[in-house]
Amino acid sequence: MNDELRKRITDTIARGRVMLFMKGNPAMPQCGFSAAVVGILKQTGVTFDSYNILADPELREGLKEYSSWPTYPQLYVDGKLVGGADIVRDLHAKGELATLLSAGQA
Amino acid sequence: MTPDDIRARIRAALPDADVSVTDTTGGGDHFDATVISSAFAGKGPVERHRLVYAALSDVIAGPSAPIHALALTTETPEEYQRK
Repeated sequence: MNDELRKRITDTIARGRVMLFMKGNPAMPQCGFSAAVVGILKQTGVTFDSYNILADPELREGLKEYSSWPTYPQLYVDGKLVGGADIVRDLHAKGELATLLSAGQA
Repeated sequence: MTPDDIRARIRAALPDADVSVTDTTGGGDHFDATVISSAFAGKGPVERHRLVYAALSDVIAGPSAPIHALALTTETPEEYQRK
């Protein structure tokens, strides 16, 4: 991966404290897994930013390599990968997601 | 891809793993897998998923990869017993 793409990836992750890389956008997700994570984030009431990886093939492939994570959605909090749909769903079911999302927010 | 292909790849990387895979749509591209392995002990969910993804790297990454979606549950034998 070239430095320019790497920088674009880290800059994009840093756009929001809670940053969701997804297929489509929150109003119109293009994949059931992305839609599921959007639904869960909305339930928590947290403010989140999103990035439509379908509109950016270069970043779409680069981020997979950057994060060693081959699928979307990918949720980042404070620049750190929290996981994909399975993990977000699991954390939410255990009641741990809200804590993770609010940590450091105060 | 078939569930057996996926199970074999995961078992090759995690030999102690108990792996069950279902083809959720019947189309050979959407799967649901539960992997139980002692290799997950002491690891968080992201590291656990990465271990499984690494075993499938040639069939899950990339625009033309045969696996479009893989729902994944990862547990240690102890966590599985507790349920």
